[in-house]
Amino acid sequence: MTFRQFQQIQSRRSFLDTCVGGAGSIALAHLLGVEGRSAELGNNPLAPREPHFKPTAKNLIFLFMAGAPSQMDLFDPKPGLRKWHGQPLPPSMTKDMKLAFIKPSAKVLASSRTFTRSGQSGIEISDYLPHTQTIADNICLVRSMRSDQVNHHPGQSLLMSGSPLVGRPTIGAWATYGLGSESQNLPGFVVLSSGRGASGGSTNFSSGFLPATYAGVPFRKSGDPILYLSNPEGVTEQAQRLSLDTLRRLNEENYERSGDEQIASRIASYELAYRMQTSGPELLDFSGESKNTLESYGVGEEPTDAYAKNCLLARRLVERGVRVVSLIHASWDDHTNLDEGLKENCDKTDKPVAALIKDLKQRGLLDDTLVVWGGEFGRTSLGQLKHLGDKVGRDHHPDGYSMWLAGGGIKGGQVIGSTDDLALHAADDPVHVHDLQATILHAMGLDHERLTYRHMGRDFRLTDVHGNVVTKMLA
Amino acid sequence: MVGFLVLNQTSPGVSSLSWALLLASLAPLPATAQSKVDFSRDIQPILSQKCTVCHGPALQQSGLRLDNQNDAMKGGKSGAVIRPGNSSASVLIKRLEGLDDLQRMPPGQPLPAGQIELFHAWIDQGAEWGTSSETSTPDNGHWSFHPIRRPSVPEVSREGWVRNPIDAFILARLEAEGVEPSPEAAPSTLLRRTWLDLVGLPPSPRDLAGPANHEQVVESLLDSDHFGERWAAPWLDQVRYADSDGYEKDSVRPHAWRYRHWVINALNADMPFDQFTIEQLAGDLLPGATTEQRVATGFYRNTLKNREGGVDVEQFRFEEVVDRTNTVATVWLGLSVECARCHDHKFDPISHKDYYRLFAFFNELDEVDIDAPLQGEIGPYLQAKPDLDAKIEQLYRKYKVRELQRPWEAKMLWAGDNPGVEHQWDTSWDIIDLYLDHGQRILRTPPESRTGRENYAVTEWFMRNYSRVTTKDEYAATGFKQAVKELHEIVDAFPDVSRARAIEVSREPRPSHIHEAGEWNELGEWVSPGALTVLPALDHTDETPTRLDLARWLVSDKNPLTARVVVNRLWQEYFGAGLSPTANNFGLQGEPPSHPELLDWLAAELIDSGWSLKHIHRLIATSATYRQSSATREDLTEKDPGNRLLARQIRLRLPAEILRDAALSAAGLLDPKIGGKSVRPRQPEGVAELGYAGSVRWHESAGSDKYRRGVYVHYQRMTPYPFLANFDLGERNVTDCTRERSNTPLQALNLLNDPVFFEMAQGLALRTLSEAPRTSFDSRLGHAYKLCVAREPRVTEKEELLGYFVKQRELVEADAEMAKAWFPPQLDGIERTEAAAWVGVIRILLNLDEFITRE
Repeated sequence: MTFRQFQQIQSRRSFLDTCVGGAGSIALAHLLGVEGRSAELGNNPLAPREPHFKPTAKNLIFLFMAGAPSQMDLFDPKPGLRKWHGQPLPPSMTKDMKLAFIKPSAKVLASSRTFTRSGQSGIEISDYLPHTQTIADNICLVRSMRSDQVNHHPGQSLLMSGSPLVGRPTIGAWATYGLGSESQNLPGFVVLSSGRGASGGSTNFSSGFLPATYAGVPFRKSGDPILYLSNPEGVTEQAQRLSLDTLRRLNEENYERSGDEQIASRIASYELAYRMQTSGPELLDFSGESKNTLESYGVGEEPTDAYAKNCLLARRLVERGVRVVSLIHASWDDHTNLDEGLKENCDKTDKPVAALIKDLKQRGLLDDTLVVWGGEFGRTSLGQLKHLGDKVGRDHHPDGYSMWLAGGGIKGGQVIGSTDDLALHAADDPVHVHDLQATILHAMGLDHERLTYRHMGRDFRLTDVHGNVVTKMLA
Repeated sequence: MVGFLVLNQTSPGVSSLSWALLLASLAPLPATAQSKVDFSRDIQPILSQKCTVCHGPALQQSGLRLDNQNDAMKGGKSGAVIRPGNSSASVLIKRLEGLDDLQRMPPGQPLPAGQIELFHAWIDQGAEWGTSSETSTPDNGHWSFHPIRRPSVPEVSREGWVRNPIDAFILARLEAEGVEPSPEAAPSTLLRRTWLDLVGLPPSPRDLAGPANHEQVVESLLDSDHFGERWAAPWLDQVRYADSDGYEKDSVRPHAWRYRHWVINALNADMPFDQFTIEQLAGDLLPGATTEQRVATGFYRNTLKNREGGVDVEQFRFEEVVDRTNTVATVWLGLSVECARCHDHKFDPISHKDYYRLFAFFNELDEVDIDAPLQGEIGPYLQAKPDLDAKIEQLYRKYKVRELQRPWEAKMLWAGDNPGVEHQWDTSWDIIDLYLDHGQRILRTPPESRTGRENYAVTEWFMRNYSRVTTKDEYAATGFKQAVKELHEIVDAFPDVSRARAIEVSREPRPSHIHEAGEWNELGEWVSPGALTVLPALDHTDETPTRLDLARWLVSDKNPLTARVVVNRLWQEYFGAGLSPTANNFGLQGEPPSHPELLDWLAAELIDSGWSLKHIHRLIATSATYRQSSATREDLTEKDPGNRLLARQIRLRLPAEILRDAALSAAGLLDPKIGGKSVRPRQPEGVAELGYAGSVRWHESAGSDKYRRGVYVHYQRMTPYPFLANFDLGERNVTDCTRERSNTPLQALNLLNDPVFFEMAQGLALRTLSEAPRTSFDSRLGHAYKLCVAREPRVTEKEELLGYFVKQRELVEADAEMAKAWFPPQLDGIERTEAAAWVGVIRILLNLDEFITRE
């Protein structure tokens, strides 16, 4: 037996202990007995696994701002736009721009925001994000993000799965595939959403060609957080347990007769399901949270309530060992009426986001939780008028936009990269989304070139054949 | 980091890599000087997997290239590395073993000793490149590229076990390995297995009591129209069928079902697979193509469509052609060609140019929706049409549609020619092509030259989208919002004919090029259509081969791949894995078959039977190999953990659709109607809402439509029906030839708590109470067991469930509300608490591992 096989059996043993053994009179000996025959079948695919190297982050919270927030109105002040405001740029300047709707002859739109140097680091942040200003020293702001895609679905797919085309696993799936999850009572990769449905739909949390176990499990906004988590109406706790005990004994009998380890796995899945049923309500029960905490996130008040609940839930999920939590907020796609649309989304999310960072920090969780904020691309410095009589907005802009990271191994209070004075292109230190992905995996102790999966005769990875770890981001 | 990978491949579904491990423990047998090394089986896969990334077409480190004989024998910068006949003097061996202070190869994990042994033996035996005389190109030494020759059926000692030649191939290997086959499965197990495998439904108690002649059962199931429904599903996975576009908009495809309908009919009629292929790939090019043959080309329309505002139409048209190219190559040839989209394939002998020659066949396709009436539709349609047209005209007049549409059309054309002047017109012009197929082309055609459908479509689009170029007040003044509603009401009230999504050859010729680095807008050298150079030449009469030539070539008897690929995929459905477990990949990275002669024999049978799929189904389903028990065996757990020797059957969790069908069928709820439009069963709130901006509408089907078979459930790509997704119906975004069989707690929650399943338990409880021959617990339980798992319960099971029944009845007797929730109806002669306790029993049966598995 190799050391790895040994480790594998150890982790399986503890999985059975926690998952099955506690539940009653399961024939544990039988389940363990199968290991001598084949350790790999029937194993728990979500058992925690060793990373490639020592991680700086155990968990990931991805604050995905779907639809593309406007960088020059939030994080990347461009006073240089004022002198061009209302005029088209010379064609020589716009010739390399990728645009979705507008033509290069569209007129420049300067930002009407004011920026404040925030924290000791003095990072300039917009007046629309007063709470984010207070966490400036925790964040590593990247102003030179780059995507290849100018449309939402392909852009979101590229950011989440490394490819603009559908069918690849997303970063949360890769991370749980590589690391398993510390939580055996909850899914390893949880998706929380607010606002409208995002363009990417399930592409944003798909397991692609990885086993379905690694797909993000979307928690629902109302009713059961996980589909079918509650018993059917009229089925009491007692009745459910009675049914499950009988079911388990019948399945055990079949297992003894046929010896198929899939039955052992099935028994374990039912017990895990039952534990999810009991731990779900506890997870969602905020009554143990202090009034202070609830207020700091903005739970129970508008317009923050929905996003605040998701942020607080994200902290609680991470506390319980869930590997990846993705918060999808849609949509920041302000083609028209930029100032109002942007303010609305900022008002909904700014306070909860800042509270999340502070809360994680205060509980000592920020040290091993990586938080990422941002969208699939940014917006143009050229204005867009979609319909007659509309207020002005901005089009899609993939070449030079802003995202930020905080926590687990990230050096806060710094700015990486820049864009030119007219926000047309990334200038210094461009960071492609593949570089961001490589860096996220690196922080989680995974080498993006070694985390591979064989599919259709090829070893695939999140970063395709690209990506460099951005060491500047790391503490 | 091989170890890490292995560790992570331990998913419940058996992945290709763990198969590789299982296989490695079985074959090849350690090479010795006595046994002849087979280059294509033993050496080439190792070269391809371990060496050619650095010493292959893309990279030749140290000047060494190992993907073809000439270069490999020439050696690298420091001379020859292979000395035929003298392995110990060969640098290749020294490198593999890390001798003479040379850096050991490959870097990282060294080759296992057994594989190095093989290299020793191969070189000592003369280092022959390829095993047969077929060595005209460097790479066709690979097993799957060999011509298919019908092998002779092997002699076996235990002849009595053999029911047809399949068994002789299986038994010959078992006898060589000293392993006994398993006994035949119990009759009830075999019956349930055969029903589920052939028609995807469980046998009824009446079928259980019927004659037990297995051959007759197989025959009658092959004749059943449910056969086509069950076998459509794996085909629909391969061709990535869905009822919506995918991507952001994920718009519904109301006519997609018509292709599925064609597939089910074709499979039921046992349409020969060569014809099945030709009609789907080139039905439109057949002389005098029938409507059904054009419906078959709906195959191409299953590709995703990106209608997101602002996308470049040409970019995504290119992606569609790429997807069609990859799909055809994988479905028919079992080759994963997509690497060659960007550069020469690193493992398989497929060049960048080859890829775009194949691509060129599909680059000519344009999408078109056609009228595809089913029987009985045309008469009422034609009869009502004048009245319909008059009503529509009346509506247009009432809202002065024409008066506004004419100048709008003129301005649209103007905007198309003058981009960047008026933004809202730019947007309208750009997106009409996205939302309305060929929108710009239709506008450029004068109204009198358009088809009636085109005129209707453009007018309807105009009425809905006029707001894009007007102020809100102006649009409100037109009344178009109301007009569109009325228009739809008028149209919906009239009979229509079914329509189908088909293709046609593009009206403007569309030359094909190599695309540098696979980018849609980086055009390289011009290419003409052609087949992959590694495979036999493609016959054609015209100067340039056509798509029809390609289709015929795919199913010609010269093509070594298609028949092998097809029988392997059928085998996979019956035994959980193909004879080659990498059903997606017959290239150099795929796993060689466990029984190569059997695979070839089956392929030859397929071709010689006139490509009859039912012939192959019959052979497999009546074989002794298929009829074996699936119980695991102590003597096999070490020797053959992956069941590659097939000394037993295997237990397989039911595919998503069949699991649902089995439950509906047992509950007596299933509506067995065959064919037709997609249906929407009850779906929990909050699922459709995850779609883009709340645009997905899920209107539950009326009446018994919601109890139709799973294959008919509307498949919305971005927000799929949760039950099907939970049980591994794939994403259907790209071709997939091997469905995952996962085992997750979410599945347990689904079966336990989904109200639909609870309802099925109630239905089945009622059925049990009313149908069981006697009212005793035993009689009722016996009936329920037969309905669910096609057998009588064992004594221990009866005791267990009786114990449960008593306790459950106590619970509901103590709580009237609870009893009502478990069994809502009040029926004469049925005591509610009794029935509620039965619902509990049935709910357990529907969750049994045995119920969700075919054993």
